[in-house]
Amino acid sequence: MSAEHHHHKETFITKYIFSEDHKMIAKQYLITGLLMGIIGIAMSLLFRLQIAWPEQSFAIFEVLLGKWAPEGVMDPNVYLALVTIHGTIMVFFVLTAGLSGTFSNLLIPLQIGARDMASGFLNMVSYWLFFLSSIIMVLSLFVEAGPAAAGWTIYPPLSALPQAMPGSGLGMTLWLVSMAIFIASSLIGSLNYVVTVLNLRTEGMSMSRLPLTIWTFFVTAIIGVISFPVLLSAALLLIMDRSFGTSFFLSDIFIQGEVLHNQGGSPVLFEHLFWFLGHPEVYIVLLPALGITSEVIATNARKPIFGYRAMVISIIAIAFLSTIVWGHHMFVSGMNPFLGSVFTFTTLLIAIPSAVKSFNYITTLWKGNLQFNPAMLFSIGLVSTFITGGLTGIILGDSTLDINVHDTYFVVAHFHLVMGISALYGLFAGVYHWFPKMFGRMLNKNLGYVHFWITAIGAYGVFFPMHFVGMAGLPRRYYTYTNFPYFDDLADTNVLITLFALLTASAQLVFLYNFFHSMFYGKVASKNPWKSNTLEWTTPVEHVHGNWPGELPKVYRWAYDYSKTDNDGNYIIEGQDFTPQTFPMKDNEEILHH
Amino acid sequence: MTFFLILLIVVLLGVTFWQLSNFLAITFGNSDNSQVANNADNQKQGKFMLYFVLFLYALMAFCFIEYYSYFLPAASSEHGVDYDRLMQISVVLIMFVQILTQGFLHFFAYKYKGKKDQKATYYADNNTLEMIWTIIPVITLAGLILYGLYTWTTIMNIDEDDEDALIVELYAYQFGWRARYAGNDNELGKANVRFIEGVNTLGVDKSDNYAMDDIITSELHLPVNKRVIFKMRSQDVLHSAYMPFFRAQMNVVPGMITEFSYIPTQTTEEIRLSDFMVEKVETINNIRRDKSKLLLAKGEEALEPYEFDYYLLCNKICGASHFNMQMKIVVESESDFKNWISEQKTFKQVVSN
Repeated sequence: MSAEHHHHKETFITKYIFSEDHKMIAKQYLITGLLMGIIGIAMSLLFRLQIAWPEQSFAIFEVLLGKWAPEGVMDPNVYLALVTIHGTIMVFFVLTAGLSGTFSNLLIPLQIGARDMASGFLNMVSYWLFFLSSIIMVLSLFVEAGPAAAGWTIYPPLSALPQAMPGSGLGMTLWLVSMAIFIASSLIGSLNYVVTVLNLRTEGMSMSRLPLTIWTFFVTAIIGVISFPVLLSAALLLIMDRSFGTSFFLSDIFIQGEVLHNQGGSPVLFEHLFWFLGHPEVYIVLLPALGITSEVIATNARKPIFGYRAMVISIIAIAFLSTIVWGHHMFVSGMNPFLGSVFTFTTLLIAIPSAVKSFNYITTLWKGNLQFNPAMLFSIGLVSTFITGGLTGIILGDSTLDINVHDTYFVVAHFHLVMGISALYGLFAGVYHWFPKMFGRMLNKNLGYVHFWITAIGAYGVFFPMHFVGMAGLPRRYYTYTNFPYFDDLADTNVLITLFALLTASAQLVFLYNFFHSMFYGKVASKNPWKSNTLEWTTPVEHVHGNWPGELPKVYRWAYDYSKTDNDGNYIIEGQDFTPQTFPMKDNEEILHH
Repeated sequence: MTFFLILLIVVLLGVTFWQLSNFLAITFGNSDNSQVANNADNQKQGKFMLYFVLFLYALMAFCFIEYYSYFLPAASSEHGVDYDRLMQISVVLIMFVQILTQGFLHFFAYKYKGKKDQKATYYADNNTLEMIWTIIPVITLAGLILYGLYTWTTIMNIDEDDEDALIVELYAYQFGWRARYAGNDNELGKANVRFIEGVNTLGVDKSDNYAMDDIITSELHLPVNKRVIFKMRSQDVLHSAYMPFFRAQMNVVPGMITEFSYIPTQTTEEIRLSDFMVEKVETINNIRRDKSKLLLAKGEEALEPYEFDYYLLCNKICGASHFNMQMKIVVESESDFKNWISEQKTFKQVVSN
């Protein structure tokens, strides 16, 4: 297939809307993800205001929430709706679709040397299903009784019975429909990624020469294909329980003065099905971020990533283990305590490949020549929050210790650092690094620095003190804690956390400005601005359909020959400290990695 | 009007950021406009990395000192002692690794910040190093896992045949708790939500002989130093019975009975007199006094002074009033407990009225 075949006439609609070009689809994913992110983060600010000043009324509540915040006092159901939709949007729409969708689409064909995805059409379908599910999720916010509010984990019976809370009516139906479509989108996308990586690698691009980005996208897609269908089945069974009178998850319920007919079902079954996706989902979110980090750190350290093979093994080990640890979300769910023991064991095992990855990142910095581009800052930031958040996982993964911190703010602090902030940093690192590839222009680096440092200080300011609030036993998802005088002395800390949250969010405005301004007015990018080895930087700055105007590039080496010297001690290519994958091995050069 | 105000704010923000980017380029002295980090950037950002890890250390120290009183007081249950020890070991270990790794990460970032003519060392892998940092976590985690599992098994293995244990049903509904004591026969009567009718709000089976002496209360009283076995039942949705001072938590699931068991070791009176609690209550009452002044100024009622009581709270999202689903727990001497329970109505007395 040569590039010429792709040169058919393009209209505005085929180029910008129903595009089958992976680069355009990547941009569509990114911009949709960013817009959803704005909604998700704005929601978090609203409920943080409520947590910090539970007895105060805010005019902004009434402006934004209307009848749900009469005279500026937020309704408890709306509080729950906000935390629910914040979680859903951030986990699925921003960090799954916005992160993995964007960079898998952009980088898989470009970094393996393919003209496009295996199926451009399915790729387009995948995006438009995602778009449709986003629209439905946003529309659910405008339902009369409010959107889904049973927490992003939507445990039945709360989510199954409209009598239990107003959000479990039409709002929950829309949530389920939206997620079902989202899962379809994700599955189509994932299958496409797997097939593309396996079949369309260019000549010389063996699996052991793949950049770590591709390894993580590939493995992430596999986890998605394995686990997302289980959530789909859970959602379908829940729809049956809600609308067709079945009892998969319901039994012995008396609500609003009447006994329901349901018998024999178990909410614990739903928890198993949910977390069979829910936990791998953490890695679906995180692995691409780690892949991006690997690439960005190696490029900017001007050094090979340390322990490439150990990294690949760790990625696969994490992926495998991630499918057998779901029960650690259920230590106190009422499941057999013996299962708790098994899940403690598998959960703490996952700390090992995670530790290996962290140490490898640190070693990659050692004796490097670090170029502090904004992407590099975010990548180092990711390693930092990944360590901080990962370490507290040792407490939560231990069934004994989980008893008393389960569902407290300690958990909220833990997962926001380890998957929320880390994955967001991965997203930002990716945007700063590949913005020139996506839009042909550079992001402003000084605004990038401001964005990073405020975010870095703010994120730790939000989430580090939050662990201590959790240690005091403050439950999450409490509209107000003023009914427990024991928590009165936490008030100042909750205010502090909210102030840091506002600070962090304001830094994101700098990013948004930088993003949209640079898209049109940024400095025009050169072909390979970061002096990188990977194939995407051999394509022209102006996008062409088919990626390379002529022949596909041939690959002669792995992606990490930075600062490599030949036997005479000279850089492989004179005068430059990087050796693109397309550069053939020299006679006096040895392979120096395993 | 609102629309134009928003538009104005957006435009002004845009101008601000545009000016900010110009201002930064001048202050950072990197107005070459390549938008790729140059030597000056690397020097500055490298130093910031060092400052940042100092900030992180300061933040951690601040939290541990300032929020030390947030940690719950020593456990008021027998197994809680093991729990607390395991928690302390884990926290110390985690903080040790945290300080070390964050130090290395940011210090390397500072030390190896890019310089002109500096060459990076090509160092691709080292199997010995990989082995070291695989094996050290393996050994440490093995220790933690073994200790954790030992404690877990001790806590969760509930001896159902323990004749001396007090059997209490915890009954959860939107949005409150009830306790049902098994009465003289120490055997709970059968119950199902299908039997709920009138005063029989817990759906206890009237035809069951064991049921008649059951005692239903809205406070949870426990005799000190005696094992209590909780049998938990939910009327409607998932709830979770969280008793933080006893290091106890179990979800309450409609359609099944879940269990938890512990031995309370400290009476309410005793913990109120403990140094920790005296200080804590004083802090809280100071806060409440300040708040009351504001309330009085507004013509509202002042807050009551706080006295510590154990509590049980709902810790699984369950609807609008989830945040206020609590029950007072009183731990008292065996004789006080007997007096209290003898004053309560039995199920028979309740239904026959």
